[in-house]
Amino acid sequence: MPQPIRLKDHEKDARLVRRRVIVGGLVVLLLTGVLVARMYYLQVIQYEHHSTLAENNRIHVQPIPPTRGLIFDRNGTIIADNRPSFSLTVTRERAGDWQQVLDTIVEVLELTPDDRALFEKRMRQGRRPFEPVPVLFELTEDQIARVAVNQFRLPGVEVDAQLVRHYPQKGHFAHSVGYVGRINEKELKELDPTDYAGTHHIGKTGIERFYEDLLHGQVGYEEVETNARGRVLRVLRRTDPMPGMDLTLTLDVGLQEAAEQALGGRRGAVVAIEPSSGDVLAMVSQPSFDPNPFVTGIGFKAYAELRDSIDRPLYNRVLRGLYPPGSTIKPMVAVSGLDAGVVTPQTRVYDPGFYQLPGHSHKYRNWNRSGDGSVNMEYAIMRSNDTYFYDLAHKMGVDRMHDYMSRFGLGQKVSLDMFEETAGLMPSREWKRARYRQPWYPGETLILGIGQGYMQTTPLQLAQAVTLMATRGKWIRPHLLKNAEDMSPSELMEQDLIPHTPAPPDIQLRDPKFWDYGRIGMEMVMHGPRGTAAKVGATAAYRIAGKSGTAQVVAIKQGEKYDRNKIAERHRDHALFVAFAPAEAPKIAVAVMVENGESGSGIAAPVVKQVMDAWLLGPDGQLKPEYRPPVPTAEEASVQR
Amino acid sequence: MKRQEFDRTISHEDVFKRRATLLQRLHIDGWLLLILLALCAGSLFVLYSASGKNWDLVIKQGTSFGIGLVAAIVIAQFEPRFMARWVPLAYLAGVALLAVVEVMGHTAMGATRWINIPGVIRFQPSEFMKIIMPATIAWYLARHNLPPKLKHIAISLVLILVPFVLILKQPDLGTALLILASGAFVLFMAGLQWRWIIGAVAAVVPVAVAMWFFVLHQYQKQRVLTFLDPESDPLGTGWNIIQSKAAIGSGGVFGKGWLLGTQSHLDFLPESHTDFIIAVLSEEFGMVGVCILLFVYLLLIARGLVITAQAQTLFGKLWAGSLTMTFFVYVFVNIGMVSGLLPVVGVPLPFISYGGTHLVTLLSGFGVLMAIQTHRKWIAQA
Repeated sequence: MPQPIRLKDHEKDARLVRRRVIVGGLVVLLLTGVLVARMYYLQVIQYEHHSTLAENNRIHVQPIPPTRGLIFDRNGTIIADNRPSFSLTVTRERAGDWQQVLDTIVEVLELTPDDRALFEKRMRQGRRPFEPVPVLFELTEDQIARVAVNQFRLPGVEVDAQLVRHYPQKGHFAHSVGYVGRINEKELKELDPTDYAGTHHIGKTGIERFYEDLLHGQVGYEEVETNARGRVLRVLRRTDPMPGMDLTLTLDVGLQEAAEQALGGRRGAVVAIEPSSGDVLAMVSQPSFDPNPFVTGIGFKAYAELRDSIDRPLYNRVLRGLYPPGSTIKPMVAVSGLDAGVVTPQTRVYDPGFYQLPGHSHKYRNWNRSGDGSVNMEYAIMRSNDTYFYDLAHKMGVDRMHDYMSRFGLGQKVSLDMFEETAGLMPSREWKRARYRQPWYPGETLILGIGQGYMQTTPLQLAQAVTLMATRGKWIRPHLLKNAEDMSPSELMEQDLIPHTPAPPDIQLRDPKFWDYGRIGMEMVMHGPRGTAAKVGATAAYRIAGKSGTAQVVAIKQGEKYDRNKIAERHRDHALFVAFAPAEAPKIAVAVMVENGESGSGIAAPVVKQVMDAWLLGPDGQLKPEYRPPVPTAEEASVQR
Repeated sequence: MKRQEFDRTISHEDVFKRRATLLQRLHIDGWLLLILLALCAGSLFVLYSASGKNWDLVIKQGTSFGIGLVAAIVIAQFEPRFMARWVPLAYLAGVALLAVVEVMGHTAMGATRWINIPGVIRFQPSEFMKIIMPATIAWYLARHNLPPKLKHIAISLVLILVPFVLILKQPDLGTALLILASGAFVLFMAGLQWRWIIGAVAAVVPVAVAMWFFVLHQYQKQRVLTFLDPESDPLGTGWNIIQSKAAIGSGGVFGKGWLLGTQSHLDFLPESHTDFIIAVLSEEFGMVGVCILLFVYLLLIARGLVITAQAQTLFGKLWAGSLTMTFFVYVFVNIGMVSGLLPVVGVPLPFISYGGTHLVTLLSGFGVLMAIQTHRKWIAQA
């Protein structure tokens, strides 16, 4: 192999290689210099930039949801609180095939395909990336254990402890306090993403919805160190969330229960208002439902059952139920007539059992076909005489009727803080022209006088209208909130924490004495010899001013008589009754609607009285001392004498 | 004193007295051994952190290092002239094994790189070629006068390209490029005329374009694209580079401290204990740490180049020079890619990255250097 020539060339080759070694060494030095320069660039010049990058990698800001404010009744009884609850969450990004994971959950926890469908729906709901989606709530110990044992088969599945809204009063306040539910996609788009980071629930109805901003509180933050898979390793810094405000409501749990009991399982509505404050003391819409399942997400079947029930438990009769007010508005019409000057307290109308418009043959019937003879205002209210009020309405005309009735709150939203309220309808010429492209007919004015026709009112509006009778026109919007951590609703309004809804102007009558004629008429309904609700009034330990009413469900043809036996139960008239008591110094105003109850005086009036008794009477069956009329001092008594 | 006096008295009689020391008797180069041991110690230190305090990994790496060292010492016992005799056969065997891999190799992670005889052995012929490739070209060129003539260059290129293409098809771009480089460095050391070198560099552009369209796999193209613009796919293929740059940059001058690197310990850095380990070192020990490592590497390369210069046979010179320069390619390509200077190719950081195979191969290479250094004829030197 080695040639002789090679020996000769050895030195030359060695020199050649040595030169290349030197060149190679220089290249190595040069390129090492390049590496050092690169390191200098990254580690010294760009140090800040890369430091920040690495820190941002490491540190994640995690929201801490605030604790939702509690809700109490006026006496401090809890209506809505937060209970720790374990829920099963799935993070889609970590679950891999999340459909498969759901199948495994169903298998492990031995659930039904129905639950599976619900899980899938929840998984598809709007959410932020990497946000764990709660699919199953209120896990039992057993379920938590099963998940733990099968954790290796459940990637991205975690058991999460969180506070979940709970309503210990169950169905009692479903229609007033409402409930919270999971944030849906539409809400997610409208919500402030910062404030609601980490919050899963939002008020859906009632107080929970109206005062959402106060109840929710302010989100807190936690700076946590996470690894590349998002696992939290430790907490670096924490900003505590601000819990939501606790709300004290005007409602009274005891009265609420008494009112429900008074309805006695019948479908209907009860509203009780304290006239001096506008506090809503009780608000019943029956049947009701348990709001708790809605918090965690109600099952399809359970929801369908509620939704499709013929009794419509989800329907808020107090705020959304629309009924012609019937005779309940006669006292308001009466004082309006006095104020408008079309009648005097002494004006008498002869009632032959019907009323005819001049020049028309159509007979507008009094409910009492035989007629009440010559009646004045107080008597007409006591007897609920239709003929008198046909005449009065005719004298006032539709325009003035509309004007006055609107001042009593009919045809408009009256509440301060009730989310679902509907406005109802107080018809007018303009309304009819716009709605039906027809002129107003005089006959339509007549039936307005007895609260029939196009008029549509909610039980809340009736309660407010009768409250105005009690307060002699002093307007306070009925409200459910007493205070939010020492702030009254009006203070909240001043601070723009709730929408600004000032009360309508007070009703000022030409002569305040006019109020008394309406009131006396109403007292006679209860306590007069021929009062329509005299039977109920006779049992009262105090004086009540009330008025019954009947809301037709189906119209009765001219000349036909209402025959309850011919009419299906659901088509029978609704019974209405409005009242306040004690008549001389009102402490409570109540409106009751009993669906298909037929008789305002017979069915609804006893309910009203029971509610009043529950509020006004002490254990001795007498008026509570604070509600008794001031006993005249000896001096006053002597002056009177 | 007495010993030295004794040495002096008998020195003129015994020409082999220089091999009196144990190291010389074992054919070990002291300098190389010292530097390699230093790198090993540093490697285990960094690896402990990079692997997330995984003792098993550290022990395995230490074991591999021991095996590699034994292999190096065994290799050092052979006369380079003896090795030269077996080089052509070894080359043919290597190419044959690569062909076998191509036909029936073991596939793992999308690449066919292994020969797997279950229960017996599992190894990568391409690793073997890392040592044999430069030996082959050195053997071939040493038979002729330097600088190499066109014919010899052409034949050398053929010898290089056959294994290069086979390895490229596995696919293993990193190793293929290292093999190519090791062959090319022999030509360089052999005094390849500068016009050829400049011509080859000029030819890189059209060759690269051709490779883009005909040779590179989709994932390799993606790596290049990502290299050109890592931000284009920050959560996908660009992730590695963005995270490794952040790791290096956030280390600053002095680093965050051993075991305190957040990027690697919180798993943001992929491959943190293998190909990207320099990022861990940079993060925890800062620029100072990197410079110390580079300095140690330079010492190793300097020793290699000294051995190259001192080698007595042309075959030895060329082989040693190529192995030394290829070693630097490892260093440069690895650090270059992790710091975002070069596209990501699978080249480990020599001695620091975790992995038994590359350790044994590298140490075998240094065994060759030791053999070349320690089998010199002292008569000839005098």
